[in-house]
Amino acid sequence: MKDVITLHINGDEVEVGVSTHFTLLETLRYALGLTGSKQGCDKGDCGACTVLLDGQPHLACIMPVYEAIGRRITTVEGLAEGRVPHPLQDAFDLCGAAQCGFCTPGILCSAYGLLAQNVDPSRDEIRRALSGNLCRCTGYTKIFEAVEIAAESLRTGADPRDIVAERYDLAFPSSSMQPAEHTAVSSTGASDA
Amino acid sequence: MRNEDLLPLQEVTADAPERLREVAEAEFRTIGGRNRTTDGLFKSTGKAIYTDDITFPGMLHAKILRSTEPHAKILSIDPAKALALPGVYDVITGKELPTPYGIIPWTPDEHALAVGKVRFVGDAVACVAAVDEETAVAALELIEVEYERLPYYLDPEEALAEVAAENPIHEPRKPGRNGNVLKRVQLEFGPVDEKMVKADVLVEGEYLFHGTTHTPIEPHCAISRMNQNGLLEVWSATQVPHYLQREIARVLGLDVAKVRVVQPAVGGAFGGKSEPFDLEFCVALLAVRTGRPVKILYTREEVFYSHRGRHPMKMTYRVGASRDGRILAVDAKTILDGGAYASFGLVTTYYSGQLLTAPYEIDSYRFDSTRVYTNKAPCGPKRGHGSVQPRFAFEISLDKVAEELDLDPIEFRRGVFMGTGRTVNEFRVQSNGFLECLESVEKASGWRDKFRKMGYGRGIGVAGSCYISGTNYPIYPNPMPQAAVQVQVERSGRVTVLHGASEIGQGSDSTMAYIACEELGVPLDYVRVFSADTDLVPVDLGAYSSRETVMVGNACVMACRQIGEQVRGSVASEWGLEPSRVRLAGGWAFDSGDPDSPEGRMPIAQAFQLAEAGHGTLGAVGHYNTPKEGVHGEYRGGTIGASPAYSFTAHVAEVEVDPDSGFVEVKTIWVAHDCGRALNPMLVEGQIEGSAYMGCAEAILEEQTYKTGEHQGALHDAPSLLDYRIPTSLDCPEFVPLIVESIDPEGPYGAKEAGEGPLHPSLPAIANAIYDAIGIRIDSLPFTPDRVWRAIRDAEAAKSAEEVA
Repeated sequence: MKDVITLHINGDEVEVGVSTHFTLLETLRYALGLTGSKQGCDKGDCGACTVLLDGQPHLACIMPVYEAIGRRITTVEGLAEGRVPHPLQDAFDLCGAAQCGFCTPGILCSAYGLLAQNVDPSRDEIRRALSGNLCRCTGYTKIFEAVEIAAESLRTGADPRDIVAERYDLAFPSSSMQPAEHTAVSSTGASDA
Repeated sequence: MRNEDLLPLQEVTADAPERLREVAEAEFRTIGGRNRTTDGLFKSTGKAIYTDDITFPGMLHAKILRSTEPHAKILSIDPAKALALPGVYDVITGKELPTPYGIIPWTPDEHALAVGKVRFVGDAVACVAAVDEETAVAALELIEVEYERLPYYLDPEEALAEVAAENPIHEPRKPGRNGNVLKRVQLEFGPVDEKMVKADVLVEGEYLFHGTTHTPIEPHCAISRMNQNGLLEVWSATQVPHYLQREIARVLGLDVAKVRVVQPAVGGAFGGKSEPFDLEFCVALLAVRTGRPVKILYTREEVFYSHRGRHPMKMTYRVGASRDGRILAVDAKTILDGGAYASFGLVTTYYSGQLLTAPYEIDSYRFDSTRVYTNKAPCGPKRGHGSVQPRFAFEISLDKVAEELDLDPIEFRRGVFMGTGRTVNEFRVQSNGFLECLESVEKASGWRDKFRKMGYGRGIGVAGSCYISGTNYPIYPNPMPQAAVQVQVERSGRVTVLHGASEIGQGSDSTMAYIACEELGVPLDYVRVFSADTDLVPVDLGAYSSRETVMVGNACVMACRQIGEQVRGSVASEWGLEPSRVRLAGGWAFDSGDPDSPEGRMPIAQAFQLAEAGHGTLGAVGHYNTPKEGVHGEYRGGTIGASPAYSFTAHVAEVEVDPDSGFVEVKTIWVAHDCGRALNPMLVEGQIEGSAYMGCAEAILEEQTYKTGEHQGALHDAPSLLDYRIPTSLDCPEFVPLIVESIDPEGPYGAKEAGEGPLHPSLPAIANAIYDAIGIRIDSLPFTPDRVWRAIRDAEAAKSAEEVA
């Protein structure tokens, strides 16, 4: 069975054709081409598919798409405002919190949900907020650090680059921390596919 | 050339001119800095493209039918009903892919789809391509397979029995042998028996490593497309595109030049994507046969069954030491449980002995390792390939020896430090920062106030290790370079680095960019890195054995330096200076003798234009091949485990053990790692933390086990991310990464590896800490509550039995 439904995604209202058994994740990835949200397990164990519904983190891989109708859906593609990355997104790069990057979109959504409610979380509160998102690369330390830096940026208005430069007393912060919109391109971002 | 002739320059990221004196005085401008990565923002904004993110018009979806039997002859496969299902395009079985393959050229024992028999539950039997995933799944149900069951072996010691040799998992390669033995390695260095007799202290023990798997969060995925011009393209979540290209060509009978393998962003690998898998051959053949692009995405369950994880090992160790604290003899006997196929097993068998011989001075050493086939998912290389398990056994043994000698275990390790020179098995070690590592963790952890002083239930333990920075010999013997890089420099200031290394999250793309910045003086955002596309980049062997930083890094330095020389020469003649005075850094070419002079600097793009005017288009290739002379012994197997440079690690772990529940909480792990020069400390810390995390998880949480019993024998016990317990953010201890930089003459700027070495000591350090906490040695992994609780109860029972007696 197929159906056409309307969803509110990243500020857009979109009509999309779906199989009626589709999950929200299948709809995002395969019907809308929003491939930022990842599938790691397809059964709600890993958290790579986490998106925000009305500002709250949810697992898109076990949510029937019909449950998302009428709700404000935000994916990793919708976290940034315009060209400037969200402080969380910038801090993740500046801190080395994204290694393979596969869990990153889900973790960012969980962290975004946390910071929307608590802009000064303790490390323990961050641990708890991210406990539904598995990361296999980092051991989480750099992720906690990135969330703390993003929180500080949101609280104080300081640029995450300056916070990092100060924290580590960097010798060449101005140019080694170049503006995010000018960052280098690698093959991972420029697939010909 | 006049200024007006120059193209518009982006100076936004160049260093301010008034800072050039500081730049001139610094040894490095980019190397050693906590720089951004080349791909971090792509990943954090959802733009990075992973394999499953790619779709093509008309793309079919394929699914693999997997064996339900652990060991059986295939009597027949009937795909007729599946083929009749609307939407099904093709079904292939083993007879369409008869050529065996295997990552090690001497042991090709796998088929993409089973030929004649299946060897584990999960072995691939047939593959269906259909219009969508649901149709493919439905079609799998319709394929009829008739099996004749054979005896199966889950325990390697069962498989070694004479009766098992009558129905071996693989036919023996030489008649009369047990086909269940893949490889036995016996090597002896020095007179072990003679030395053992002289030992004042002899510690014997049996140790068990249980088996764990990689669990990257991204499941394996591959897509293939056949083009009208005869070019077969494969996109795959692999960490070895070059080997995959070769093996696909060989198995499909194609010219290697007509196969293109592209590795998109990879969502974690850890060794679990370092050889060809069934799905890659299946999509390739189905694309050829159907003329349509074909994709396969593994389910999480399939990832667990594809495995290639860390071998279970049963290790018997005897370590003899003298009263004055020398290690006189080490005698190791190891059984490796290999699972159903060879994978890297031949190398694993060697590594289980060869990689143990540093950082300590060992007078004599013998090992006897046997890798055995069993009817389980195949084991292979997981981060710290082959040496994590023996390191567990050895470092616990050393802890026991230190105790017998009444020495502090850190003091004892200091006393047996080998320094540089030759290991007992003749590897050449040119840099060794292990002493600094020990000192660093000793200090940071507050060791002296804690060891044997924390009271019952709290404890602290130490362990050390050594690992390789790549292997001196490639997987298939050839005299060509192991790594190569092509660099292009363009008049806008843009530098492009084309290299074959596989970026799997460890930062190899970024590392090449940092090298290009350092050598050519451009800001980081002027560098574009393209990697791991066999049509675009020179050959590199892939991301395994921690080889990328040293090998590809050296190749990148070589390429960049040729261009740098041309650029400095052109600028120098423009200014009438010696080329050695011209420095390229921070977005400028400047006179390092007079960095404050406005006349003595020009934007780097202008310098490139001068060089391009003088030399023609700027570009160079660089390569790296490993040293072969004097770096290893000339005995059979002496090349295996030999590396251009060795890294060293020391851990101190602090634990709390709850004697009532047996629950072990690892509180903190201090990790000091000697990575040579840290090209980016932030990335090195990330590797250290990630390694310690993974080792800690293997010690206390994770276990790849199989069900036993008539009805569910050989089924994976926990093929999901819920049941196979990888740590969440709440399960992790605090990690304290400490970088030690012994500068190795072989590495780029002195760099060595950081991706695998820091994992090793996690497990024995935790084991030794548990002993410090409760006074009980637990020599079998993992330290789950049931095992620890049982050990405590057994010890109590033994104690009261003693009292009664």
